[in-house]
Amino acid sequence: MSTLHTVNKSPFEKTSLAACLGHAGAGSAVLLLEDGVYAALAQTSAEAQVKGALDSVKVYVLGPDLQARGLSEERVIPGISVVDYAGFVDLAAEHEKVQAWL
Amino acid sequence: MKFAIQVNEGPYQHQAADSAYFFAKAALEKGHEVFRVFFYHDGVNNSTRLTTPPQDDRNIVERWAELAEQYDLDMVVCVAAAQRRGVVDEGEAQRNGKDSTNIDPRFRISGLGQLVEAAIQSDRLVVFGD
Repeated sequence: MSTLHTVNKSPFEKTSLAACLGHAGAGSAVLLLEDGVYAALAQTSAEAQVKGALDSVKVYVLGPDLQARGLSEERVIPGISVVDYAGFVDLAAEHEKVQAWL
Repeated sequence: MKFAIQVNEGPYQHQAADSAYFFAKAALEKGHEVFRVFFYHDGVNNSTRLTTPPQDDRNIVERWAELAEQYDLDMVVCVAAAQRRGVVDEGEAQRNGKDSTNIDPRFRISGLGQLVEAAIQSDRLVVFGD
């Protein structure tokens, strides 16, 4: 039973990402959107946490929300896939449930 | 696939109102069905037709309403959340003795049962909020 988890909080402000990664089972996916996109950046204090999760879950980041914050896709941690809204819809369809970590 | 979308935040307050719209639009453009958009908590403020943003800003209410017209969307505003925030239709105005209404006619006010039904009838419920 695979779940798409959505995280819209910056890991530098809230602990939603840590809570999400602690619960996300192997084979599930995490989509970072809104301020959650900050967790996708390399060379931050959250990088190790996200990289560690990449072994068991797939991590995606919403491209338009990176752009809206002036963040280049080149700064995204290797292994994280950038998707647009159509990709977000595909992820929601591919997984049995969508769980928002609000 | 059938999607239900829940919006918990108001326009111009939190990005959730924008994210939900873009998700709904992308789903519809891909040929999916959006069974219902349910506006809950501060999300009910997405439905007030009296909103007048500056001309160079997006009109979030009108944007929802146009999407609803184009795809014949069912956009439901939670009645209890609406009453608390002064979002009123003709029926609510009469029932509560208010002198005017402010809901855009392309939204409708109903109860939480509509959210439960949407969750049951749809393949996925996607929640946007803070």
